[in-house]
Amino acid sequence: MISQVETLYLIASFLFILGLRGLTAAHTARRGLIFAELGMGFAIWGTLIHPDIMARFEIAGFFETYKWILLTFFIGSAIGIAISALIPMTRMPERIALSHAFGGLAAALVGVSEYYREQVVAGHMDHTTMGAIGFEVLFGGLTFTGSLMAFGKLSGLIPGRNITWPLQNQSNILMFGGTFVLLVAVTIDPSNQILFYAMAAMPLLLGILFVAPIGGADMPVVITLLNSYAGLAASATGFALDNNVLIIAGAIDGASGFILSVVMSKAMNRSFRNVLFGAFGKVDEEDAAMAASGGERVQEASVGDAAMLLSGAGSVIVCPGYGMAVAQAQHVVGELAEILEANGTQVRYAIHPVAGRMPGHMNVLLAEAKIPYTSLMELEEINEDFKNTDVALVVGANDVVNPAAKHNPASSIYGMPVLNADLARSCIVLKRSMRPGFAGIENELFFAPNTVLTFGDAKDTLTKVVEALS
Amino acid sequence: MLEIFLGLYIFMLAAFVGYGVIKGVPALLHTPLMAFTNAISGISLVGSLVAAGAHYNNVSTVLGAIAVLCATINVVGGFWITDRMLRMFKKQDPKADAAGDAAS
Repeated sequence: MISQVETLYLIASFLFILGLRGLTAAHTARRGLIFAELGMGFAIWGTLIHPDIMARFEIAGFFETYKWILLTFFIGSAIGIAISALIPMTRMPERIALSHAFGGLAAALVGVSEYYREQVVAGHMDHTTMGAIGFEVLFGGLTFTGSLMAFGKLSGLIPGRNITWPLQNQSNILMFGGTFVLLVAVTIDPSNQILFYAMAAMPLLLGILFVAPIGGADMPVVITLLNSYAGLAASATGFALDNNVLIIAGAIDGASGFILSVVMSKAMNRSFRNVLFGAFGKVDEEDAAMAASGGERVQEASVGDAAMLLSGAGSVIVCPGYGMAVAQAQHVVGELAEILEANGTQVRYAIHPVAGRMPGHMNVLLAEAKIPYTSLMELEEINEDFKNTDVALVVGANDVVNPAAKHNPASSIYGMPVLNADLARSCIVLKRSMRPGFAGIENELFFAPNTVLTFGDAKDTLTKVVEALS
Repeated sequence: MLEIFLGLYIFMLAAFVGYGVIKGVPALLHTPLMAFTNAISGISLVGSLVAAGAHYNNVSTVLGAIAVLCATINVVGGFWITDRMLRMFKKQDPKADAAGDAAS
């Protein structure tokens, strides 16, 4: 029986990696997904014939053995499908945060259940298993509450601003250190249940305290980090249960989250250490005072002016930002592009890595608006082309198009890679108001002589532009 | 003692393989990637199924059953939403080709 289980797990691991490989190109991605789904099927099949479950099956029969599994599996599937089928693409970051919470909780619960079985009931647990369970409960708990906080902030249930208190970093690090000491202590003495439950409770608090100080615009980094933690929790579960497919899948998930956090922190020009220790989201205070361009005036353009500029352009690059998601403007962006393209205008999209609230957020929204992915360009691909482009159309983006990042060392975003929207022959910025972006700094782009601003909700404005052009 | 080392070797190799493969995923697909790895990390389902089915004791069964619920939401929901996203990614449609080919 063991060899059958292991064979199925081996096939599952193979299919997971094969599936992941499919994701390296858009046209093979769906095939990859099918491989991974098959892999999951094999892993579940292998688990349902696990010796411990079969032993129960021999005694209690099919119904008694599988009733809880079937019931919860059925309810879980229904909830999972309902959320996934109904949630709008603009809310994808919330959905991902929520699922990290579920993943963390599942891992933590399995850890506690294992501890209860081996230590509390059977009265014996070896140190290695205890250490693995400790990590599992630590990462699982941290991911659970941290992701719930992230979810709350993204969905607006909790204020998105950074919540701060005195000695925040110091106390957080101290608590994290304390949790780690508890982990070591309980590994040395697994029989001490009070230590264990204290160690299990601390990460729950830590998750809340770690995410609380982080502002909404820094969520891409938080989500990717929590993704990584969820993977590590799953991997630790594998160590606790001697289950290789868990170790492998968890390691892959952890690596993925790690890569994405590095990509995100690079795109924000923050060091990884800076990101890990919660110094992020704090740039605003220093820089609110730095509103260098105070006296200058912006040039406002009416909807008609904007439509004129666009209809006369031979090439347009759209620079979307989180504002496009908030205004749900992606579909009307697609309509506008269709009209312009019918006119012979070349329309492309410049996607900054941290535009939006999670990696790849803008790509998914524009894909939803039926915009072919071949016109979605990454920053490096398109940044040289702005200078030969007639119009850069900025839809709800701010800091990612701020030229101050290129030449003003005093700016807090100095050094962050930005889209060269300022180099286009003219630039139209769609903006709700003159409020500065998350970093609290004025955007030099708005005051440039070749920039015009059209105020109002991006969706309304674009709808009117589309009407004017058609 | 040996088993833990075997596990660590597997972890290390899997992390490197994962790193190597995922490095190649274009930024275009980063959101589907997150949903996808999310579904895969629902593999902790494997651990919770045993806890829910083997009936070691009542506490383990209850905790395991809740864990199965959470993990299933991730597995089924994660695959579902990844597919929903990937279905939206379309290449150039033929009529726009003339205008867009230079772009791609």
